[in-house]
Amino acid sequence: MKYAYYPGCSAESTARDQYMSIREVSKILDIELIEPKGWTCCGSTPAHQTDKILSLALPAANLLMAKKMELDMVVFCAACYNRMKVANYEIQKYPDIRKEVADSLGEEYDGSVNVHHFVEVLIKNVGVKKLQEAFTHSLDGLKVANYYGCLLVRPKEATNFDDPENPTIMDSLITIMGGESIDWPHKVECCGGGFALTRTDVVIELSNSILGMAKAAGAECMAVACPMCQVNLDLRQSDINKVKHSSHNIPIVYITQLVGLCLGIAPEKLGMDKCVVSPRSIIEAIKSNY
Amino acid sequence: MPIVISKNKREAGLLNAVREISGVDVARCLQCKKCTNGCPVATLVKVPPSEIIRRLLLNEDDSTVNSDLVWMCASCETCFSRCPMQIDMAAIMDALRIISIKRNTAKQKGNVPLFNKWFLKTVKVFGRTYDLGMIAAYKVGTSNYFQDADKFPMMLRKRKIALFPSFKADKKYVTRIFKKKN
Ligand code: SF4
Ligand code: SF4
Repeated sequence: MKYAYYPGCSAESTARDQYMSIREVSKILDIELIEPKGWTCCGSTPAHQTDKILSLALPAANLLMAKKMELDMVVFCAACYNRMKVANYEIQKYPDIRKEVADSLGEEYDGSVNVHHFVEVLIKNVGVKKLQEAFTHSLDGLKVANYYGCLLVRPKEATNFDDPENPTIMDSLITIMGGESIDWPHKVECCGGGFALTRTDVVIELSNSILGMAKAAGAECMAVACPMCQVNLDLRQSDINKVKHSSHNIPIVYITQLVGLCLGIAPEKLGMDKCVVSPRSIIEAIKSNY
Repeated sequence: MPIVISKNKREAGLLNAVREISGVDVARCLQCKKCTNGCPVATLVKVPPSEIIRRLLLNEDDSTVNSDLVWMCASCETCFSRCPMQIDMAAIMDALRIISIKRNTAKQKGNVPLFNKWFLKTVKVFGRTYDLGMIAAYKVGTSNYFQDADKFPMMLRKRKIALFPSFKADKKYVTRIFKKKN
C-alpha cells in the first residue's frame, strides 16, 4: 500500500504527536507514506475567508504534486482534508473555476486525485481482518467518545466521508480495538477550533458544551481525528474550568495514538507525553492480548 | 422580533455583491430557520444566519456586513448541511467577510481579519504556516500580549509549537498563486 501523504503544517508544530503516531502505525501496518517534496500549506480557514480561488489553488498545488507521483493522497488533518476535497469538487464541477485555478497555478489540474483520511485507509484499505491480526493489545472496554468535528463530514457533497449527522467509522475502529464507543450527541458539533487565538471566549463556550456532554455520556477519554480539535479541547480545558467553574479532566488523544497503543507501540513513540491532560489512565487501561 | 429597516438604509448593491461572490441564490430561502437552530454560535450573536438572509433580501445596507455573526461564524458548515433548499450559508458568510474587508468596516472583537492576514503572510513567505511568527504579529496588532503567555513555555517544552519556521516548502506554486491574487 503506497500513498502520497500530506502531513499539513500542524505536523511540524502543534500536532507533532499526530505525525509521530501515523508514522509509527504505518510502519507496522505496511502502509508506505511518501510526502510530496516541498508540500505547501492548504490555506485552511483564513484562505477561504479571504478569496475563493486562493482557497482552491493552495490545496490544488499539493494535489498536483500527488498527481505527478501517480498516487492517491492521504491526509489526517480534517482542515487539510476538507480543503482538498472541496478543491477537487469545485474543480470537477465548474469548468470556469478549473480554468481560474489553472491560471493561478500556471498548470492544469483536473481534480482527479483521490483523497483519503488516514482512518478511512485503516478501515477500508488495510481492512478489519488485517487490523485484528495486527493488534497485540486491547482497549479492554475503555469508554471512548469519538469526536469527528465539522470538517470531515461537512459539506457532505464534497467530503463524502460518512453520515454527516451520525458518522460511525471511528466508532467501528474503536470497537475493533476492544474499546467501547459511547453513543453521544456531540460527535459533529463545532469546537470553535478556528478561533483558537482570536475568540477564546467563543472557543470556551463551544468546547465546554462538548466536554460536558462527553462526561455526561460516561466517556473516559475522547478520540479525535483533527489537530485543531485536539489542541483546542486539550489545551483549553484549564481555561474552561477557570471561566466555567467546571472540573473537566478528560484526556484528548488522536485515534492513531490509540491504534498505536493496541499495536504495542510505546506511548513516547506516539507522542503521548505531549498531551496536556495526562493520558495515563488510557495507557494503564491497555491490556495485552496474550 | 420584527426586522425593521428604514428607507434610507436600503441598498440593492449588497445582495448583488453577495450573489456575485458566493454564487448562491438567497431568494430560495424558506425562512425555516434550520440553519439557525443548528448554528453553534446562534445563541451568542445578535443576528443569526437565517436573519442575515432575510436582511439581505430586504436590501439592508452596511449594517448587515457589520453583523456580529460575520466574524463569529466558525465556518462549521452545519447551516449548509441542514438547509432543505441547499443554500450555502457558509459561502454567504465568506462573501460577507470579503465585502467587509473591501469596505473596511469596523473591526470586531478578536480582529479575525488581522489573524487571517498574518496567517496568509507566513504562508506566502515560507510556503507553510509559522505559528510563532503569526501569533507574535497578531499579538502586536491587537496589543494583547498576555493572553496565553503562561502556555508558551509548556508548549515549547513539549515541542507542541515550533520555534523556527519550516524551510522545506517548495514555493514555486505558492509564489505564483499569491502573485496572481493581487
Ligand atoms: S435552513 Fe435554508 S431555507 Fe431554512 S432559513 Fe436557513 S437558509 Fe433559509
Ligand atoms: S457555518 Fe457559520 S453560520 Fe453556518 S452554522 Fe456554522 S457558525 Fe453558524
